[in-house]
Amino acid sequence: MGELAAEKHVRYILAVEKKKDSYEAQLMEHLRMNGAYWGLTTLDLLGKLGVVDEAEVVSWIMECQHESGGFGGNVGHDPHILYTLSAVQVLALFDKIYVLDVDKVASYIASLQNEDGSFSGDIWGEVDTRFSYIAICALSLLHQLDRINVEKAVNYIVSCKNMDGGFGCTPGAESHAGQIFCCVAALAITGSLHHVDRDRLGWWLCERQDNKSGGLNGRPEKLPDVCYSWWVLSSLIIIDRVHWIDKNKLIKFILDCQDLEKGGISDRPDDAVDVFHTYFGIAGLSLLEYPGVKPIDPAYALPVDLVDRIFVLRRQPKA
Amino acid sequence: MHGRPRNPAKGEDEAAAAARASKLRDLQSRFLHNHHHNIYDEEAMEVSARLLEMNPEYYTVWNYRKMAVERYMDGVGGDCDGVEGVLKRELDVAQAALRVNFKSYGAWHHRKWLLNKRRSSLDKEMELINLLQSKDSRNFHAWNHRRFVAALMNSSEIDELKYTRDVIGQNFSNYSAWHNRSVILSSLFKRKAEGFFPKEKILNAEYQLVQNAIFTEPDDQSGWFYYLWLLDQTIDVEAPSVISSWPAPSSELFITADGSAPGTVISLFRSYQVNTGIFPLVLYFSEPVKGLSPSTVTVKSFFTESVGLTWRPLSNANDYSMAWVAYLDLSKVKSGSSETYPVEVRCHHYQGIASFNGFHCSHDFVSKFTVRIHHLDSSHGKLHEMGAISWKDCNFQKYEGDIEVSIPLPVKWSRMDKDQETVACKDAGAILAYEIALLHELLAVSDKIGKLLLARLSTALDTVVSDDASRSHRMEEILELYGDLMALDTPHLQYYKDQHSITLLNQATSSSGIFSRYCWLYTDVSVPAGERVICVRFNSLSLTQFTSIECLLWVQMLDLSHNELRSINGIEAMQSLACLNLSNNNLCSFTALDPLKRLKSLKVLDISHNEIGSHSIDTTRYLWSSPLSRTVRMDTNCDDALPVDGIITAKHWEGVFIFRNLRLTQLDITGNPVVDEDFVVLLRRLLPKLVWLDGQRLNAI
Repeated sequence: MGELAAEKHVRYILAVEKKKDSYEAQLMEHLRMNGAYWGLTTLDLLGKLGVVDEAEVVSWIMECQHESGGFGGNVGHDPHILYTLSAVQVLALFDKIYVLDVDKVASYIASLQNEDGSFSGDIWGEVDTRFSYIAICALSLLHQLDRINVEKAVNYIVSCKNMDGGFGCTPGAESHAGQIFCCVAALAITGSLHHVDRDRLGWWLCERQDNKSGGLNGRPEKLPDVCYSWWVLSSLIIIDRVHWIDKNKLIKFILDCQDLEKGGISDRPDDAVDVFHTYFGIAGLSLLEYPGVKPIDPAYALPVDLVDRIFVLRRQPKA
Repeated sequence: MHGRPRNPAKGEDEAAAAARASKLRDLQSRFLHNHHHNIYDEEAMEVSARLLEMNPEYYTVWNYRKMAVERYMDGVGGDCDGVEGVLKRELDVAQAALRVNFKSYGAWHHRKWLLNKRRSSLDKEMELINLLQSKDSRNFHAWNHRRFVAALMNSSEIDELKYTRDVIGQNFSNYSAWHNRSVILSSLFKRKAEGFFPKEKILNAEYQLVQNAIFTEPDDQSGWFYYLWLLDQTIDVEAPSVISSWPAPSSELFITADGSAPGTVISLFRSYQVNTGIFPLVLYFSEPVKGLSPSTVTVKSFFTESVGLTWRPLSNANDYSMAWVAYLDLSKVKSGSSETYPVEVRCHHYQGIASFNGFHCSHDFVSKFTVRIHHLDSSHGKLHEMGAISWKDCNFQKYEGDIEVSIPLPVKWSRMDKDQETVACKDAGAILAYEIALLHELLAVSDKIGKLLLARLSTALDTVVSDDASRSHRMEEILELYGDLMALDTPHLQYYKDQHSITLLNQATSSSGIFSRYCWLYTDVSVPAGERVICVRFNSLSLTQFTSIECLLWVQMLDLSHNELRSINGIEAMQSLACLNLSNNNLCSFTALDPLKRLKSLKVLDISHNEIGSHSIDTTRYLWSSPLSRTVRMDTNCDDALPVDGIITAKHWEGVFIFRNLRLTQLDITGNPVVDEDFVVLLRRLLPKLVWLDGQRLNAI
C-alpha cells in the first residue's frame, strides 16, 4: 500500500489556480466556480485552507453573481444552478455565507422548480435530478428549504427510481452512480431515505468494484474511475452499505492514481491529473477514514465539522 | 480530464500549444463581448459556432444561440421558411458539437429545446439517434433523447420494446438495453396492456432471454439486475397485510400495575405505571404503509375510546412504516381490582391504509385478547431492592414449557391460510420452482452469479409456498450457498454474511420447534412472583444483521451479544423490550442506537465492547432522527436541546440526543473508545434514573 502525498497535492492545487493561461485552463474557464469548490474543499480536508487568500476568493465569487441572484461559472458567464451551489459551498467553507443576500439566492433557486417538482438548471429548461440535489443542498445550507415544495421535489426524485434500485437523470433514464449520489443525498437531506431500497441499491453499488484494480466504475461494464470513489462511496455510506465493498482495495486504487512527482490525482493510474479527480480521490479517502484527511459529510460534500456547525452547533463554541 | 495519458509523447511544441490557447482565449473574449452587448450579426454567430466547435462545454454560448433563435422568431412572426432554416442551422451546430463530444449535455439539450419549438422532421431525428446508438450503445444521452423523440412521435411501446430486443440480440452485453426493456415492460404490465396480461407468459419468455445472457458470459453484469427485476415481478404481491401484532391474538396478557409513587420501580417486566399507562398496541405490516388512525383502526376496550388513540409510525419516516404503535391508557383501572379486560383491535381494509404503491389491505385484520391487571403498591411490603440483571449463562435455564401456547410465533404471512393462498402465489411458485430446477442443471461451473441467483430464487420461493416440509431443507441449502459465495467472492464477503444472517434468523423463527432452542428462562430475584420471563438468546451466531423482528414483538429480554451487528434497525417494533444485551458487536456510533429511543419499556442496556468512538465516518448519520435529516426540528433554540456544558456536549452531541431519550436503570458501556471521564459525567446527567453503570451501583448524585 502506498502513501498519500498530501503536500504534493496541496502544491498542485495552488499551482493550477495560478496557471490561468494554458489551453487546459481556457477549456475549463466556464466552470472555474466548480474548480474553486473542488480545490478549496480538498485543501480544507488536508488542513490547508488557511494558505488561501480568503478575501480575494470571496470577492471574485461575488463578481460572478448575476442580477437574477444566480451565479455563473466565471465572471460574465450566465447564471446556472450548478455554479450557484459551488458558490454557496465555498462561502460556507470560509464561514462567509452571511455576505450573501440569502433571500435573493434562495429566490433564484426556488424559481427553477417546475410543476412536477423537478428542477431546471437555468431559465432554458434542462431538467435533471442533479439539479434537484443542487437545489435541495444549497437551500438547506441557507436554511431556506421551505422556499420550495419539498414533497413534490421528493416525489420527482422517486419517479426516477429504476429496477436496480438506482436513479437516473429523468424518469426512465438508466441508473448512473453520479445521478444515484444526487438522488440519495437529496433524499437524505430531506429525511426521505425510506424511499430507497437500500439492499437492492447497495448490491448494485458494491458490484461497481473491479476485483482486480479495486477501483469503482459508474455503471456496469464500464472502466473504474477515481471520481466514482466519491459518488458510489458516498451513496453507500449514506445507506449504511459501505461494508459491502473491499475498502482496502479501493484505498490502494486511489493511491495508485496519484502523480507522486508533480502532485494531483488522475481518473486512472498513469493518466493526466486534474483538480476534479484530485478532489474526488481525497474525498474518497476521507470517507474511507484514511489518516490525515478530515472527515467529509457524504450528503453535503463538505467537512463534517462545518456541517455540524451549520445545522446543530450554531451557538456552541468552536471545539 | 478523462482518459488522457499522464506524460503524452511530445507531439506539440510550446509555440503551437500557446497558439491554440491564444486562439481559444480570443474567441471566448469576443463571444462574451457580443453576448453582453446583445450583438447577433452574422460575424458574431460565426464566432459562437467556432467556439462551440472548440469547446462545446462553454454553456453560455448555447444560451446565446437560443436567444438568437427567439429574437429571430419574435421578429419574423410566422415566416416558416426562415424559421425552418434557422432551426436547421442550429441542429447542425449541435450535431457538430456532438461530433467533438458525444456526451455534451449542452448539445443534447439544444436539440431537445429546438424540437420542442418546432416538431419537424422527427423521423430524421430518430435516424440520427439510431446512427449514434450504433456507434455507442451505452450512451445514456442518446437513450434519453430517443425516449423523448419516441414520445413526441407517439411511437408505440411495442415498437420500442422490439428495438431493445434487436439491440440485445446483436450484443446481450448492453445494460442500457436491458434497463430500457424493464421500463417499457413495467409500463405495459401496469396498464395491463393487451398481450401483456396476465404476465406469466411474458415473464417466462423474459427469463429465457436473460438466461442466455447470463450463462453465455457469467461475469458480465448486464443481465444480473434484470433477472432480479423479473423475480420482483414474479412474486409481486400487491396488497399489504398485517403479518404480526402484539398483544398476540387470543392471548392473555398479565400486567403488574405499579401503584406506588412515581419514580420507583417494582419490577422490570411487564409492569406499567398506572398513572403514566404506557401499554403499547403494535401492528406489523408486510411492507411500509401509511394511514393508521382511529378511523382506520378500531380498538374496543374498557380502557379508552378508540377515537382517543394516536397511531404512530415506529420507523424514522414521518408517514410510512412497517410497524405502528398506539398506547393504551390504564389509568381508568381502579386500584385493588384484579379484573380481566377484553380488548379487540380491528384493522380495516378501507381506503385509508396504503403502501408506497397505493395498494390497500385486501381484508380486515382482527385481534382479540384479554388483559389481566394485578396491582402492587407499597402496602404489599417494602419496595423491591433490585440487583443488577446479569447475562451470565448460570442465570438461564432451558425453557421447557409448551411453546405453541406461550410463545405467540406468528405464522409467516403467506402461509397464514391455505384458503388465502392465491392463484398468483401458485403461479409464482411454479415459475420459481422451474427456474430453480433449470439453474441446478446449468450450474456445472461454480459461478458466483449462478449461486447467488439460486439463493435468491429459493428465498423468494420460501415466501410464496405453504409447504412446511421442504422449508427446512431449502433454508439449509440457502445457508450453504451463501457460505460458498463467501469463499468464492471474498471482496463481497460482508454482503454474503448479511444475507446469511438474514436467512439464519428466518430459519430460527420458522417453526416453534426450532425457535424453542433459542428460548431460555431468566431466573433471578428481579422477576416478580408468578411471572416467567423468557429471554431470547441469539448470542454468538456471527450475526451481522438483525431481522425477523415480526416474530419477536412479545419479547421482554433479548441477548444479541457476541455477534457482528452494525445496526439494530427494526428493533423499535419490539415495544415490550425491557432488557437488551448488545455487548461485543460492531456498533460504530451513537446514531446506530437511534431505534432504542422508541422503546419506552427499555430499562437495562449493555452496549459494552463495541466500536463507538473508533470511527471518523458515521454510516448511520442520515438514518437516525436528527436535525441533519429534518426529522428533529432545530428551529427552537439549539441551546435548549443541549445541556449547557459547552465543549463537552458539542463533542458528544449525538450521544446527548440519544441518551436524553432513554430511561435506563442499568447501563454497560465500557470498552468503547468514546467513553471518558467527561462523558460519564454527561451520562449521569442525562440518565437520572440510572442505578447501575458498568457493574457498579451508583451513589445518588
